[in-house]
Amino acid sequence: MIRTLFLAAALCVLVSKVAAAQTTEIKIGYLREAQSKTAISLLDIPAPDDGLAGAQLAIDDNNTTGKFLNQHFALEATHLDNADDPAAAVAKLAASGVSFALLDLPADALLKAADAGRGLLVFNVGASDDRLREEDCRANVVHTAPSRSMLADGLAQYLVWKQWQKWLLVVGSHISDKLFADALRRAAKRFGAKIMQEKIFADTGGARRTDSGLSQIQSQIPLFTQSAPDYDILVAADESQVFAEYLPYRTWLPRPVAGSAGLVPTSWDGSHDQWGAVQLQNRFVQLFHRRMTARDMQAWMAVRMIGEAATHQRAHDPKQMLDFFKSRDFALAAFKGQKLTLRDWNLQLRQPILLSDGRVIVSVAPEPGFLHQFSELDTLGVDRPETKCRLSKG
Amino acid sequence: MPALERMTRTMWWRGAFLGAFLGAATAVCLAQPAAAVMAYVSNEKGNTVSVIDTDKWQVVKTIKVGQRPRGIEITKDGKYVLVAVGDDDTIQMIDTKTDEVVDTLPSGPDPELFIEDTRGNLVYVANENDNTVTIIDINKRTQLGSVQVGVEPEGMEVSPDGKILICTSETTNMAHFIDLASRKIVANVLVDSRPRFAAFKPDGSELWVSSEIGGTVSVIDPVKHVVTQKITFAIAGLRAEAIQPVGIGITHDGKTGFVALGPANRIAVVDAATHKVIKYLLVGQRVWHMAFTPDEKYLLTTNGVSNDVSIIDVPALKVVKTIQVGELPWGVTIARH
Repeated sequence: MIRTLFLAAALCVLVSKVAAAQTTEIKIGYLREAQSKTAISLLDIPAPDDGLAGAQLAIDDNNTTGKFLNQHFALEATHLDNADDPAAAVAKLAASGVSFALLDLPADALLKAADAGRGLLVFNVGASDDRLREEDCRANVVHTAPSRSMLADGLAQYLVWKQWQKWLLVVGSHISDKLFADALRRAAKRFGAKIMQEKIFADTGGARRTDSGLSQIQSQIPLFTQSAPDYDILVAADESQVFAEYLPYRTWLPRPVAGSAGLVPTSWDGSHDQWGAVQLQNRFVQLFHRRMTARDMQAWMAVRMIGEAATHQRAHDPKQMLDFFKSRDFALAAFKGQKLTLRDWNLQLRQPILLSDGRVIVSVAPEPGFLHQFSELDTLGVDRPETKCRLSKG
Repeated sequence: MPALERMTRTMWWRGAFLGAFLGAATAVCLAQPAAAVMAYVSNEKGNTVSVIDTDKWQVVKTIKVGQRPRGIEITKDGKYVLVAVGDDDTIQMIDTKTDEVVDTLPSGPDPELFIEDTRGNLVYVANENDNTVTIIDINKRTQLGSVQVGVEPEGMEVSPDGKILICTSETTNMAHFIDLASRKIVANVLVDSRPRFAAFKPDGSELWVSSEIGGTVSVIDPVKHVVTQKITFAIAGLRAEAIQPVGIGITHDGKTGFVALGPANRIAVVDAATHKVIKYLLVGQRVWHMAFTPDEKYLLTTNGVSNDVSIIDVPALKVVKTIQVGELPWGVTIARH
């Protein structure tokens, strides 16, 4: 009886506290540029709200939690055209009282925005450039997008585990293709794969799609791969989507393809269903009537990180929040089988890399046997002893 | 000890026990066969329920059920085993006399875990897809209402006095306290990432909530609604990320807790007074849920990745046997036949 009375008293206190408390509004900015619409497969053309939809779902998730804590999250998305200055856009956000922003911008624009908004904590949800985590790292930029080296390492671990150590590397002629090839070469060296030959596939500027293009491709690709020494797997670096999707089933030798087509390393895939991921996938499809992409996931994780910090630490300013992310108390649950934490030396989110064939998840790296003294997730990407990032300078 | 010798000894011991029991209760046994204790294991991938005879420690029947069976509970009257078949959006009722699916409950979409009220009239179901707890009348097979909770509700528990329902939400990272008389949330307690399971001590003095990604079990004062302590785990040679607490079992005397550690492939034995781990028991791969036999002599654990069930001798704190079941065993409940 006494206990019941006590409980009732405690409830009264709680209820009155809840009623009296003011709702805290947490505004999150989102700066984005239009994604390239050139892709070989129609299925790879990004939706207009690619990335943004993931952020919106996470805002909903945060608000479901927030209603119990009197916190409300809101997204302020800004679409940048080529002519728009990212620095000015960030300054505008800061002036409107926003302290946190997601940036889905190419590397140079991202740096401009980050440097214009030093008082803000920004989240890189799109750019995979290693330099943003290395020589060009910034003390106010958290990366939820995996770096190219993390993606390449995840793929390489699986290929080596599979005993497919002899690679034929085919590289596109754009800068991003070359950067991905650099990451793949580094991964091959780290994990003991051998690049038997490298070939360049030049972008001659033709259209991706023509009404009778297939018959030409069917004869071009075998010829292109005919002279290569024997290899186990063809690894393609083609972020610009010029040729990689043409490779599977068309190589001279019957060999599998990985990298930018075939078996692709990624932070998310619409088919991923393990570790409770189905629930997130269902919520996403219900809201947006399409499947969730890697960019959506990278934005979802960023908004959820802000939500986690706000609920657990009641941290509302960028410095408190970053301290929380770097602490041992921070753990993000993102349906990848283990907690995600932050690398305190360059503010990259540690995460497993999914290997997708476009239909199902084939494997999830880190692969068994790739060990690390601190976290096996640090076998993916540039590790603490190798980093060129000096955050104090940022 | 070699497995065969161990089995023979166990069987001898069981035989002696059974003999004594039969001697003392011949009259009863003549009228009605001795009640066998059966364990029902839901196999998430196999879409089956394995029935284990706990005298023989053998699978004696495999029941075909709906798509993706996970949460599984015996009704208080022992007549039915309820199994949530998430991909069919329903809870199936298995008649424990015939071991056949005889009816369904309107669970709402994608049911995972559920719990009965203390009187056995109602079932509270966590519907992961739409952030609700659905209340169902077992006898009338109808929905009575629902409560909105956090993102991805999962763990469900009723306080021993029957007044408070606990629901844990996996992405909101809270244990919600729902007053069952008013069906309103009266408190929300933040815990570590991805809370999967909640269990009261039998005297109601503590609520334990496991956090799969956080790697801890929060001990909550159910009156003050605060976390008073966190149970932590450390296993030599195992990375911290692999320690993922899920299922919890606490003995009736409230002295010992068992926590399933998922891909760490171990059950932690916890001194429930000090909240310190006293032993780790190696079981099968990716252990999630567990159930005691009614005499609390044995604890059965479901090991998803190795497709088996480990039998733990509770007084001895030893794993004594492993039984192969269906694909991806998820939950387990124990019934008297």
